[in-house]
Amino acid sequence: MSTFSTGRKAFSFASLIIGVVLTIWGLGVAIAKGGPGYPQRGALIVIGVLLFFLGLYLFPTLEHHRAIVNVIFLFPLLFAFAVTVIIPLVLGIGYSFTDWNGIKLKGFVGLANYLRMFKQPSFLWSILITFLFVVFNMILVNLVAFLLALLCTSRIKGLGFFRAAYFLPNLIGGIVLGYIWQFIFSNVVTKFTGTYSMLSDTKTAFLAIIIVYIWQYAGYIMLIYITGLNTIPGDVLEASAIDGASPMQTLFNIKIPMIAPTITICTFLTLTSAFKQFDVNLALTNGTGSVPNFLGTYLTNGTEMLALNIYSTAVINNEYAFGEAKAVLFFIILAAVSILQVRISNSKEVEL
Amino acid sequence: MHTKEKTSNVIVRFIIAVIIAIYVLFPFFLVVINSCKETADITSNPIGFNGVSFGQLIRNISDVVNNTHFLFWQAFGYSALITILSLILLALFGAMAAWVICRNKTKWSTLIYFTFIASMIIPFQVVMLPLISTFRDVGKFIGIPMLQSVPGIVFAYLGFGGAMTVFILNGFIKGIPFTLEEAASIDGCTPEQTFFQIIFPLLTPVITTVTILNGMWIWNDYLLPSMMLGQNGAVKTLPVAVQAFVGSYVKQWNMILSAALLAIIPMIILFLIAQRQIMDGMIEGAVKG
Repeated sequence: MSTFSTGRKAFSFASLIIGVVLTIWGLGVAIAKGGPGYPQRGALIVIGVLLFFLGLYLFPTLEHHRAIVNVIFLFPLLFAFAVTVIIPLVLGIGYSFTDWNGIKLKGFVGLANYLRMFKQPSFLWSILITFLFVVFNMILVNLVAFLLALLCTSRIKGLGFFRAAYFLPNLIGGIVLGYIWQFIFSNVVTKFTGTYSMLSDTKTAFLAIIIVYIWQYAGYIMLIYITGLNTIPGDVLEASAIDGASPMQTLFNIKIPMIAPTITICTFLTLTSAFKQFDVNLALTNGTGSVPNFLGTYLTNGTEMLALNIYSTAVINNEYAFGEAKAVLFFIILAAVSILQVRISNSKEVEL
Repeated sequence: MHTKEKTSNVIVRFIIAVIIAIYVLFPFFLVVINSCKETADITSNPIGFNGVSFGQLIRNISDVVNNTHFLFWQAFGYSALITILSLILLALFGAMAAWVICRNKTKWSTLIYFTFIASMIIPFQVVMLPLISTFRDVGKFIGIPMLQSVPGIVFAYLGFGGAMTVFILNGFIKGIPFTLEEAASIDGCTPEQTFFQIIFPLLTPVITTVTILNGMWIWNDYLLPSMMLGQNGAVKTLPVAVQAFVGSYVKQWNMILSAALLAIIPMIILFLIAQRQIMDGMIEGAVKG
């Protein structure tokens, strides 16, 4: 092979070998927990891996160069993905069958964690209100967003301003806007309702979370509906107007069926995001709220949704394995509901 | 389309739009005016202008900025650093991976692609607890702290943002004619030259989209940084700092709302500059995602 200079060959092989040696050295001292280079073990491994890839990249081959580039291009993202998603997922599912306490585990407990959560009224309550929240949100956010979209596609002045204004709350993180609304509910709304704060009662606090969520999310969903409505060809609407269809008939017989794919997307988005809702829940009520009698128990987590329940079980109460088991169930519910939802929507979509 | 619409209808709709806009923007207005008051004035009249003064705003802001629980500039700097680093790496590595996955029709690339798509449904709650313990153990093992460190959290964002980034980029790369790459290859381009000199520049619009989507998510994210960085660590992002700060000033609304004001201003400024791109990017991400 005359295409490659001796220098490049030598450099490639040297960097491959040094890379492997450095990596093994770094890993070796890390396992042995001592020896020369121990404090720099991280640097040894990082430099070793980088040298290895450099050597691999310069490897004198034409035939396999494409394959080598493919591997190098895929590696960074796949490595990060495996370490942060795949490995923790597998470990997590495994931990949910043990008595893991976040640091070490003593033994397997079988299905004990799973059985226990179904006997815990506060958890069952969380499941119940999460489903309620998801259903309310899916309907209300989509309805509000769709009406806003109709408003923002009609002929009024300052459309650009209104769209931007309605979308604005979506830019703000859940924690910050949760506190802003906590202020509004406990200091501003009380000026009109007396001393009674909406956040102090479970039912109205639940309502408050829904209000805040619509405020945050409807503008975003509205944008998607606007895009959907704008894809309806103008001549179809013109034809319906010539045929004498009333605005209501146009809406229900033409506009809604024609944006069915958009409705699917929006329902899916609101569904999954409502399920995962955490930030607003934490900042607005922190899950507090009393329930006098649920399955014969007095509960103090009246507004605690599933995501927050998992967090407080593991992080606040230090029951890591138990929290992980709840999280696995959460994952299963979320996956099942999303698949079901996509199936139903797809079967209802009108092909046009 | 509404050729013979009555003017009265248009006016009614305009009034409705204005009322909704007032409702939507009212919380922002409250944050601004109450950041200019003392706590006593806020509790006596939260919606009025009495007690509003520019001097009080400066006092509130400087109290918040210098507060040891909040340390605005530090939190802002860390948030910006973490977001920018994550976005650059996600765009670069995401594009590289998406290109390889898209242009190789082997069973491996299909498997990787579908793993990415399937992973998008995984809620963060199910991986966060083992993630923290894995990162802690790996950090101890190799001697590079992965928790309470910028490299650790950037690495985590690379892993969590990867799936959606690859998914959106993949859809775009499919539309780039393959003949372009064949021509480059005949002209003597190596695969990596083809990617960096021909494909990557073509990806600019879609990289803008994923950067906006990832940027909004990473900048506002609370749970991941709060788990990885902790409430009391040296490294804090803005949402974590706000949470830690509010936890220590329960009813001091002038401080809390000034902190909220500081936390939302960067996003609002960015929105005013790149309103069109942000709104388009959010729509595109949703429609493709």
